[in-house]
Amino acid sequence: MNFDFSDEQKQMRDAARKFLTEKCPPKAVREVLDGKVPYDTELWKGLAEMGFLGVAIPEQFGGAGAGHLELCVIAEEMGRANAPVPFSSTVYLAAEALLLAGSDAQKQKWLPKIASGEAIGTLALFEGKGNPSPKAIKLQASGGTLNGIKKPVPDGAIADFAVVAARTGSTGRDSDISLFLVDLKAGGVEAKPLTNVDPTRGQAELTFTKAKAEPLGAAGDGWSILTQVLDRAAVLLAFEQVGGSDRALEMGRDYALDRIAFGRPIGSFQAVKHMLADMYVSATLARSNCYYGAWALSTNAAELPEAAAASRISATQAFQHCSKNNIQVHGGMGFTWEFDCHMYYRRANASALTLGSLSYWEDQLIDRMRKKNPA
Amino acid sequence: MNFDDTPQEAAFRAEARAWISANAPKQYEEELRKSSLGRTVLKGANILEVAKAWQKKKAEAGWACLHWPKEYGGRGASPIERVIWQQEEGPFGKLSGMFIIGHGMCGPTMMAYAGEEQKRKYLPPLASGEKIWCQLFSEPAGGSDVAGLRTRAEKKGDDWIINGQKIWTSGAHYSDYGILLTRTDPNVPKHKGLTMFFLDMKSPGVEVRPIKQASGQSDFNEVYFTDVKIPDSQRLGAVNDGWNVSLTTLMNERMSIGAGVATGFPELFEFCNSLMLEDGPAIEDRSVRSRLANYAVKASGLRYTSMRAISALSKGERPGPENSIGKLVAGSMVQEVAMYALDLQGAAGVLSGLEDAEVAGKFQAMLLRAPGTRVEGGTDEIMRNIIAERVLGLPGDIRVDKDVPFNQIPTKGR
Ligand SMILES: Cc1cc2nc3c(=O)[nH]c(=O)nc-3n(C[C@H](O)[C@H](O)[C@H](O)COP(=O)(O)OP(=O)(O)OC[C@H]3O[C@@H](n4cnc5c(N)ncnc54)[C@H](O)[C@@H]3O)c2cc1C
Ligand SMILES: Cc1cc2nc3c(=O)[nH]c(=O)nc-3n(C[C@H](O)[C@H](O)[C@H](O)COP(=O)(O)OP(=O)(O)OC[C@H]3O[C@@H](n4cnc5c(N)ncnc54)[C@H](O)[C@@H]3O)c2cc1C
Repeated sequence: MNFDFSDEQKQMRDAARKFLTEKCPPKAVREVLDGKVPYDTELWKGLAEMGFLGVAIPEQFGGAGAGHLELCVIAEEMGRANAPVPFSSTVYLAAEALLLAGSDAQKQKWLPKIASGEAIGTLALFEGKGNPSPKAIKLQASGGTLNGIKKPVPDGAIADFAVVAARTGSTGRDSDISLFLVDLKAGGVEAKPLTNVDPTRGQAELTFTKAKAEPLGAAGDGWSILTQVLDRAAVLLAFEQVGGSDRALEMGRDYALDRIAFGRPIGSFQAVKHMLADMYVSATLARSNCYYGAWALSTNAAELPEAAAASRISATQAFQHCSKNNIQVHGGMGFTWEFDCHMYYRRANASALTLGSLSYWEDQLIDRMRKKNPA
Repeated sequence: MNFDDTPQEAAFRAEARAWISANAPKQYEEELRKSSLGRTVLKGANILEVAKAWQKKKAEAGWACLHWPKEYGGRGASPIERVIWQQEEGPFGKLSGMFIIGHGMCGPTMMAYAGEEQKRKYLPPLASGEKIWCQLFSEPAGGSDVAGLRTRAEKKGDDWIINGQKIWTSGAHYSDYGILLTRTDPNVPKHKGLTMFFLDMKSPGVEVRPIKQASGQSDFNEVYFTDVKIPDSQRLGAVNDGWNVSLTTLMNERMSIGAGVATGFPELFEFCNSLMLEDGPAIEDRSVRSRLANYAVKASGLRYTSMRAISALSKGERPGPENSIGKLVAGSMVQEVAMYALDLQGAAGVLSGLEDAEVAGKFQAMLLRAPGTRVEGGTDEIMRNIIAERVLGLPGDIRVDKDVPFNQIPTKGR
């Protein structure tokens, strides 16, 4: 038993933190936040050069072949830096779907491009409000083409390709759903950027009109693959959320030490101290759940579905908790655009929804625990 | 990151499992499994005797106080081996409740400060449960503010004469020995005038009066000292250095990790999983699921936090403040869980008898015990202060009493 990352993995974390501190300062995040550019292309290139985009992609497909524990380490740092790049959509969703269900040819085509930063990928799952559910998927596949609308699609306006969930049957079962790969630059798809609470991670509406699509995985397997992709992405995104929680806590702590009111640093008032202590508690519980999730992800353990839901829930709660109270600690300053607090608050609340809402994952967790412990 | 046993750990686990299966008092297994925080009842048996017998058996076979050195009655086991043992011991571990203070706090303090001869004399019977120890720190004037205590120790020849009163002393009524923090110099600031001792609870002048707790049980006591004599050889640490000695005790309290503070979650899940509400199974109700999921991730978060602490310990790192988190989170959680479980029972939730209440009154017992959990061993507020100051590096509270001689500190509020 060992419930910690290895020394090599920690070195990788240090390298990633150093790189991101330098290449992704708040100023860079603001370029995207202010709408000047849709994402940080320089940073994206740098991440590719560092080998971070392909860290969990096998070497035969152009990646570093390190593994998923290493990817968790990178994910945490991406969250800490609030990196304004399509990392989660490309690496956690598109790449994972390809790794799980892609044919050799599909992997050969897209994975090296992901690793090198040439291609941005995403998952087109949702069609308006609601949570992941086979019933909610209306977009129709027929004769190798797709017709319908997907929204919100994370990074949909800048993505080069998408994994699309479509309806291929009408039996009312999960097997009505199949996955497709669509080259978004090949025509038949119109992308419209959508305003969202976190501009540093874009959302879009994709309209498919006779868009050419090739099947990803066997027909009718779509829902089962999606479930696995979402579980894997849940652990990875949870690490981003933990990184963000830690950073928000740190910002709050630092401000509390510097800011003087009533002749004392505000960090000497117990109301502030206890608020920060509670932030630490939620971030720590989330981190611990995530370590278990990382182990389950990296070993493909039978515990993964339950561990993924637990990681997702506690990391979502922690990031929301830490980022909102970071603003509170900052008082009026925290509510200004100038201060960085709201970037984390935005990211926390956007991340809370991108793979399905908190209540959806609560539902998933209980279902999974119940399967393991029948009444 | 590896949650599987290494071959050595697997071998240790197999050995522990085999021994437990051959030796544990299985006749009580079901009752122990069902018991909860605040209620451990064995029908037709004296739990103290059952616990002592189990502890003795463990000690004879080398399964008591696993991490202690062998010469003091332990096994010299690694932190991970301790966890494995606890996992395997399962419900029988609940029998160790009355030894926790001795094993977790008093033993390690003796190990750090007693003479070699004394350690060999007192520690093995403590490990084997033959002798029970208690911790005599808190006083009416010194709970959170431990250093505010007033029990006096005055040197007379080779002895010390003790006068004063302790309160909330768990298990004092069945304890053989205790570690005792006293004031030896009231003319200096409060942290600088304390001295630590250990003593025989049967010494003349020691009077133990059980206190009935809010829960209705009587696990703690008032202890009065009237001219109690303690030989200087039973002093732990230097005269007036008792504060540092007590910090060792309190650090070790944190170190007795892995035991896993009760959260009430497994009980709540099991309950909801079988409960029928008017509209169907409770576990299918949306709001029930949401509450359960919230508690589930807190409980698992605590479990893995303590495992992370154990991993750090195995690598020789010092124990962090993880255990402050444990009690802080679990204390409130068990209280909320109990309230929620009663809420689900509606009007009948008010009943608490073994026979009439759902699941033998488990949640009612938890409800009534929980307030104590949030106070004992440091209140929620003190835990938050510890995290804020020692982990996050925030300034200490403003202290008006720190540099004032003890006998000049105000004693009345308002
Ligand atoms: C939307 C908005 C509109 C506003 N409009 C106006 C306006 O029209 N006119 C105007 O004059 N002002 C206005 N303000 C300012 C507002 O009154 C202050 O922001 C507020 O009083 C807090 O002060 P501060 O921002 O300096 O925070 P600080 O006083 O620096 O507080 C920072 C943190 O420390 C905590 N803290 C500070 N002191 C203590 C203490 N003694 N004990 C415990 N905790 C403490 C605070 O609760 C907070 O969490 C506005 C602020 C906002 C956000
Ligand atoms: C079930 C149980 C078993 C116990 N067993 C033992 C035992 O075996 N041996 C032993 O020595 N003691 C024992 N105790 C005593 C326990 O350690 C004290 O009760 C505890 O430390 C709190 O002290 P107090 O009761 O004096 O509360 P107080 O210190 O008077 O606290 C009252 C309230 O004020 C708050 N408060 C106090 N100081 C601060 C501060 N600086 N900042 C913010 N809030 C503060 C507290 O959090 C609390 O809410 C036991 C207590 C209980 C309930």
